[in-house]
Amino acid sequence: MPPIEGKTMSMLANPTFLFYQFMNSISLGMNIFIIAAGLSLILGVLRVINFAHGAFFMVGAYVCWSTVTYLDGATGSFWLGVAAAAVVLGVVAFVIERGLLHYLYGREHLTQLLFTFAIVLVVGDLAKMIWGTDQYNVPYPHGLSGAVNFGFALYPAYPLLLCAIGVVVAVGMWLVLSKTRWGRIIRAATQDREMLSALGMNVPLVYTGVFVIGSALAGLGGALAAPRVAVSPGMDATIIIECFIVVIIGGLGSLWGSFLGALALGFVTMFGTVIFPDWELVLAYVLMLGILLWRPWGLFGVSEEESH
Amino acid sequence: MQGKYKATFWLSVVLVALLLLVPALGSKYLVDLTTEIMIYALFALSLNVLIGYSGNISFGHAAYFAIGGYACAIFLTTYEWPLIISMPAAIVLAGLAAAFVGYFCIRLTDIYFSMLTLAFGMLVWAVAFKWRGVTGGDDGFVGVAVPEFIGDRYAFFYFTLTVVALSTGLLWLICHSAFGRTLVAVRENRMRASFVGVDTRRLRLTAFVVAGTFAGIAGSLFAMYNRGVYVESAFWTESGQVLIMTLLGGLYSFFGPALGAAVLYTLQVGINQYTEYWPVVLGTILLIIIMFLPNGLVGLAQKISAQFSRRT
Repeated sequence: MPPIEGKTMSMLANPTFLFYQFMNSISLGMNIFIIAAGLSLILGVLRVINFAHGAFFMVGAYVCWSTVTYLDGATGSFWLGVAAAAVVLGVVAFVIERGLLHYLYGREHLTQLLFTFAIVLVVGDLAKMIWGTDQYNVPYPHGLSGAVNFGFALYPAYPLLLCAIGVVVAVGMWLVLSKTRWGRIIRAATQDREMLSALGMNVPLVYTGVFVIGSALAGLGGALAAPRVAVSPGMDATIIIECFIVVIIGGLGSLWGSFLGALALGFVTMFGTVIFPDWELVLAYVLMLGILLWRPWGLFGVSEEESH
Repeated sequence: MQGKYKATFWLSVVLVALLLLVPALGSKYLVDLTTEIMIYALFALSLNVLIGYSGNISFGHAAYFAIGGYACAIFLTTYEWPLIISMPAAIVLAGLAAAFVGYFCIRLTDIYFSMLTLAFGMLVWAVAFKWRGVTGGDDGFVGVAVPEFIGDRYAFFYFTLTVVALSTGLLWLICHSAFGRTLVAVRENRMRASFVGVDTRRLRLTAFVVAGTFAGIAGSLFAMYNRGVYVESAFWTESGQVLIMTLLGGLYSFFGPALGAAVLYTLQVGINQYTEYWPVVLGTILLIIIMFLPNGLVGLAQKISAQFSRRT
């Protein structure tokens, strides 16, 4: 790795720059969280690693771009695109779950893993057929292209909103999971699916619902990320690895674990880019290894032997 | 039981003899295709030690293939070491990398294991991608200094055949030794195996290292064959592809993955001539296997032969 340069040190001593990077870290972390939360939910309930989650994220970004382009960037078209992305991915997930995945729950772990990998290959190529290999840019939504004045520094409005949306999604998911009847059923499904069905619950319906909601979150996250990144093929691979790191750090199926993991990844990525340019992803792995050495099941994870 | 092994042995001898005759057919294309298939077959066989025999699903197996490839290429070209040192050193390095990663991964099971192997695999990819000075980054490491005695297409074919045949023989011995049998016991029931005194963690780590080492052999052959190594070799889709080869052939048979590699690679080469959308074809093939052929081609063949023997 290259040594830390003097220029970097002076950048890190600049409070405005530090504030900027701090906010960037949270904003990136929250964006990743929205996506990782969906992956983690599916993992916790269905116990299936959905490799296609990254592909769903990418399709979400494409759908948002198409909506904005189709409406010629009219006011509100971005938010319509965000909603469309969540709905489209929800429908796609419903078809995949009901049509195929549904038949594989009793099968081996490897079968399910390869199934979602097959979906990655098919969805990725279909996206390439529909949207081509060009790179698209989605402009910031109307009214959010400016910056917010914090008194001592300015910060762009859109990433700031992303931070807020991340917190809203986290608190919303927590409220639903811990306070509502459906949340209790979902949590019960993570613990003991046989008991749940013995109690007369429609477990397959719970599975379908969770897969649809989790995938819709991937679409939502993709659409929200669209103004922040270049929408292009290959964006699915980066995000799925980032989501895995988040889920591994946080612990499988844990909502707040994913939240903390995503924040940690945001900070490592943003500050890593400044301190060790080009090596930020490697730093993320170092973080992951450190946490695994300390807690093999992640921050909030439970040992698989204990949970069965 | 001895008779069954004898049959396997003679079948292998016949297969090697047939492969020796491939260059005599006079098609350069066929020689190249066979070389590539043999390399992928070894790669798939190495993964099967981990999956078929110990039941640990690694989604980062391409990492050791790539490490073997990069290391062999760098030792041969950058350091100008002779092949007799470069290749073993590359293989040892792949094994050591597998030991390091395995140390972290074998503490976890099932879903966690797969995710962690994938994350480590992508770490190797990220390092290869960013470490331009050593690996050539996304331009790849090109112009591998392949020793002259295997520089020619036919010489390299025989070299690959020798290395792959010896490696396969060694893998067969490993899988059919007491070690291999104990692995199967651990796969079937980890708890019972540990009750009879098996150190399951150490055993799984050994399987991980064996798999990584043999993937390294395949990788170093691949680097010399292509005279270059590219970051795509370490990408997670490559790990997925070799998993598909293993599954297509049949997980619970020793030679199944080699058959899967041959079929899938031939398909890939064939389909790439017609369309750039190979992944969607691969995905569809995979969906069909998953839905209809859970035990792969070998399982299908067994089913068909069982049907016939019932009729007669």
